[in-house]
Amino acid sequence: MGSAQSLKRIIDAIGDAIIENKEYLTDLDRPIGDSDHGFNMAKGFSVVKQKLPDMDNESVENLLKTVAMALISTVGGASGPLYGTAFLQASKVMKGKDEIGREDVVAIFEEATQGVAKRGKSHQGEKTMLDALIPATETLKAEIAAGAPLAEAFEKAAQSALEGVEYTKTIIATKGRASYLGERSIGHQDPGATSSYIIIDTVAKALSGG
Amino acid sequence: MVGIVIVSHSDKIAQGTVELCEQMSQGLVKVIPAGGTSDNDIGTDATKIEKAIVQADSGEGVLVFVDLGSAMMSTDVAFELLNGELRKRVVIADAPLVEGSVVATVQASMGSDLETVRATAEESREMSKLE
Repeated sequence: MGSAQSLKRIIDAIGDAIIENKEYLTDLDRPIGDSDHGFNMAKGFSVVKQKLPDMDNESVENLLKTVAMALISTVGGASGPLYGTAFLQASKVMKGKDEIGREDVVAIFEEATQGVAKRGKSHQGEKTMLDALIPATETLKAEIAAGAPLAEAFEKAAQSALEGVEYTKTIIATKGRASYLGERSIGHQDPGATSSYIIIDTVAKALSGG
Repeated sequence: MVGIVIVSHSDKIAQGTVELCEQMSQGLVKVIPAGGTSDNDIGTDATKIEKAIVQADSGEGVLVFVDLGSAMMSTDVAFELLNGELRKRVVIADAPLVEGSVVATVQASMGSDLETVRATAEESREMSKLE
């Protein structure tokens, strides 16, 4: 991932991907949530994208913190404090560092995922973002430890996240609005896990130059 | 005096609850609304909640009431945004928004400390509508 400049480019690409998938995420949220996930996420990342041009000389830490604050203050739904916490935890990992090293990438995803779990008082298997984030983080860690190039590690992580998204179709929601539906939530894909997959997949594509 | 913050997904719910509380407190207690998002949509905004807490505090702490879902998470984030001292004297009431905040306002107006105001608010969970 490297420098603040390349992180900025990746964040911009994540913003585009979320905005492109606004309708898709909202459609997923309609049967099991309050049909606002795509709308809220797109709103948050539009604000992020507006802030990026003024952040040319900012550190990696400040970039991540700015994303966090934008999401926390504009998203509105549960994904605001959850993704906001993820980016805030990531910024803490990068405190005082100029470049994102391979080990930092693992630490960022571990801290971000733990932050989401703690904030949402949730675990894997509850039909949430964590069902994508946890397997993706595990894969990322294993690939990086095995010496895989970063782009390849993220491609594998995105694959694990996608499998996690598929898995959410098979389980009952026990968190958030979808939990009111109980067994009727089976068969539906979790929108939060899906947006987490989109984010990781976008990082993979940005790193491989796609 | 203990201050009170009303966090709701709806700005109107927060404003309306504050109105009800203020009628009970005769202006003695600071009751601050933190409803909706900064662009007036339905939702919660941690930075708005943080500002409301700062505004509600007069040195004796703040009791925060929340409605549904993300209100709780946004309030947790707001706590982390506060400075160290203030963070030590804010708590979330595990109580119904309207009933809890009204009885808490009355308790706070008598000059009670944060723990007492919180306990009174949480007793409102047992208030029956029919008996």
